[in-house]
Amino acid sequence: MDHLDQLEAQSVFILREAYRKLKPLAMLWSLGKDSNVMVWLAKKAFLGRVPFPVMHVDTGKKFPEMYDFRDEYAKKWELELLLGDCPPVEEMDPSLPPAARSAARKTAGLAAMIENHKLQGVIAGIRRDEQGTRAKERVFSPRGASHKWDIRNQPPEFWDQYATPHEEGMHIRVHPLLAWREIDIWRYIEREGIPLVDLYFSKNGKRYRSLGDSDITFPVESNASTVAEVITELETTKTSERAGRAMDHESEDAFERLRVAGYL
Amino acid sequence: MPSNACVWRAISDYVPTGIEANMTKNTTTSLDAATPIVIVGHVDHGKSTLIGRLLHDTDNLQEGKVAQIIESSKKRGLKIEWSFLLDSLQIERDQGVTVDSTRIPFNLAGREYVIVDAPGHRQFLRNMITGAADAEAAVLVVDASEGAREQTRRHAMLLHLIGIRHIIVLLNKVDLLDFDQAKIEAVQHDVTDLLTRLDLKAAVFVPASARDGDNIAARSERMPWYTGPTLTEALVAVPSPASRAELALRLPVQDVYRFGDKRYVAGRIERGRVRVGDTVVIGTQKTPARIASIEGWHTAPQVSAYAGQSVAVTLEPDVIPDRGDLLHHRETAPVEASRVRTRLFWLRQEPLRVGESFRLRLATAEHAVTVTAIESVVNLDDLTENPGEEVPPEGFAQIILSASENIQFDPFTPGTTDGRGVLVDRQQRIVGGAPLVGAAEIAPGEKVIHPSASHVSVQDREQVKGHKGAVFWLTGLSGAGKTTLARAAENRLFAAGVDVTVLDGDTLRAGLCSDLGFSEADRTENVRRAAEVARILRDAGQVVLVTLISPLKSDRELAARIIGEGFAEIFVDAGLDVCEQRDPKGLYAAARAGKISSFTGIDAPYEAPQSPALRVETGAQAVDAAAGELVSFVEAAVRADAGQRKRG
Repeated sequence: MDHLDQLEAQSVFILREAYRKLKPLAMLWSLGKDSNVMVWLAKKAFLGRVPFPVMHVDTGKKFPEMYDFRDEYAKKWELELLLGDCPPVEEMDPSLPPAARSAARKTAGLAAMIENHKLQGVIAGIRRDEQGTRAKERVFSPRGASHKWDIRNQPPEFWDQYATPHEEGMHIRVHPLLAWREIDIWRYIEREGIPLVDLYFSKNGKRYRSLGDSDITFPVESNASTVAEVITELETTKTSERAGRAMDHESEDAFERLRVAGYL
Repeated sequence: MPSNACVWRAISDYVPTGIEANMTKNTTTSLDAATPIVIVGHVDHGKSTLIGRLLHDTDNLQEGKVAQIIESSKKRGLKIEWSFLLDSLQIERDQGVTVDSTRIPFNLAGREYVIVDAPGHRQFLRNMITGAADAEAAVLVVDASEGAREQTRRHAMLLHLIGIRHIIVLLNKVDLLDFDQAKIEAVQHDVTDLLTRLDLKAAVFVPASARDGDNIAARSERMPWYTGPTLTEALVAVPSPASRAELALRLPVQDVYRFGDKRYVAGRIERGRVRVGDTVVIGTQKTPARIASIEGWHTAPQVSAYAGQSVAVTLEPDVIPDRGDLLHHRETAPVEASRVRTRLFWLRQEPLRVGESFRLRLATAEHAVTVTAIESVVNLDDLTENPGEEVPPEGFAQIILSASENIQFDPFTPGTTDGRGVLVDRQQRIVGGAPLVGAAEIAPGEKVIHPSASHVSVQDREQVKGHKGAVFWLTGLSGAGKTTLARAAENRLFAAGVDVTVLDGDTLRAGLCSDLGFSEADRTENVRRAAEVARILRDAGQVVLVTLISPLKSDRELAARIIGEGFAEIFVDAGLDVCEQRDPKGLYAAARAGKISSFTGIDAPYEAPQSPALRVETGAQAVDAAAGELVSFVEAAVRADAGQRKRG
């Protein structure tokens, strides 16, 4: 087995654990490259179908290309799509820096969806290599009734045995892509031919490396206009993937505070 | 601020050498699976610094990282704190400790690694095990000027128990020993001795200074006597994991799906190979079936699959296995036993005692088990194994688990997933790791008991009753008003819909404990029985008010241990003079007259609780007010979460 086979087998195992143990279960589909890989892996795990709904927590500020992509592939992939709104930015914690405050809308929108659908499991496509606090995550990460991430008190997780919800109002964030790196995602996209929104590919010397809200996400300099060229670029770059995500860089702990409050 | 945190020299002082420059040429990430390497060792022996140094010296840092760290360090008045690379959480940087393990991908000479940083603080053992459990090799960091310490032994023990056999010992901070060969070799000798006692052998000892980069990626010029590998050379020499495809087949059933008109049996092959047409045996019921097909989506048709792959197969005939059933070939069956001997690393903060019940998770199977014996407990000071009554918090032991049905397993073997048992408590929390040793024989004369655990979960009971089960242990002098208080509270709690019981000392002595007198041993036994009964009632979801003088601190501690979670000590406090004046049963008078002996407060001591969960004053206070206090306390304790849930 090569590295991609191994990652795929592990993710399939995780998705099957989640489907078996957490009901009701839903997958977050942010329309980005990682969450498309995640939908793809679910189809691998469940023989061509996604046996739970996918959720798009819509900030209303995504790029138009992303909405087109969503509508096209929800149909093609036969997804049960759940849409959720986010409250206005004025209702968010005013002590957060501006971009983080804007990103916090998504946390609130997600919390509402989890409560409305009484979800016990939420599958999210975060990876360890994206960001330091994500590197400390568990594959099954329990969240209390307030959805808070209790960093100091994470459960042990070893030998493929994962946490299960043990109190009412709790849910588990399931992270099947935690062990994947950015380059693994791209190599898997190449190997499997997974469709992506065009924004990832260079136009006029710029491309998006990571996609979020259009007002707090910025493109990077790049001439990579195909999947193969992106892979070549990543093999040599030393710039971080989330360099174009404003909320990560406003203050040292901005992202940690977002995550503790329930952000992805 | 950590006073002894390791701080490197400023980055500008550091001049890369030729060796290191060569190693960094190859930045192409390979297509092979990454080799996980865990870094362990006593707190402040320099783990995080080592990792920071390693990543930097091998050119594995992202742009901007160094600048970010310089800024974070300055903010906290440090020079350059390289451990901030890994200690990404605010609390870690502020407290100068690693709270949780982290994983960093890392490339060396074209090979992929994942570095797992495991925290050295004792109470964070569970985070360490989270990081270390699937590592291929370990770097055990030992401060050469301090030698092996408590956590060095603990971590080495853990490496042994989780089956990591390739160990690189990094003797760090050798600059503090002036790079002296004799002194360094003396430390090496001590560590070798420690490892030998654990049946471990170091692959190599590397004398190094992580702070200065000696023997990390570049050969130290300050230790010409050392001719062994640098750390990076030692990492390159870590063998790749052995294939598990050639071992006997084990396919634990993860789930069974029915999609369309087909039934799929899904699972990950833990070892061996399975081919279409094979006959396999399913679980302890031993039903045979033929593998009719191996199914997939967006993949080439498969006629066989091997260890590591997550598969979905169809069976002929179309039998329906249960989750946890092992699929194996008839001629290579696993061990089957209802009593299993196992090693244990215990992760709970409270001790483990015989009689506790758990779920044993083994791959995808789950069995109700009870600890029926503690055979030995490891003393971490000298790594000897001794008989013991209990396994201390975060301790190591060998125990016997008994189940009411047969368990299929393979004994724990390093490098495989065999025998990786995990204990889960009633609250569904992972509380221990149990590498299974083998079937346990029954010793002559031993009491063979197979207690069964309930299939009704705590949370189901809570939901039905609307509150948690809990035990409130009312201690106090005779005549302090324990029973009066408990009976009044019982009325009110019952009226409020709480399923409540009073276990009264005299009532118990009239029946269950009628064979007991008032000697110290009998009093202890009385407490033990009351606690055991209270535990059973608590487990059934009841709120139990125990009223027992229980004058000795050690007896009340015994009760707390037996009951475990949900035990609260309530001090019913009235002065001796008040109690003696009340003397509702005429006992004080009898004791004063010498008609009864060993009477608490007169000729036997009462050790008042030092920090009870609640103190109810019953000397001057009216029964109503005192009962009100107790009722509010109980309600808050058993319904706390319900309140939170409603608000959330």
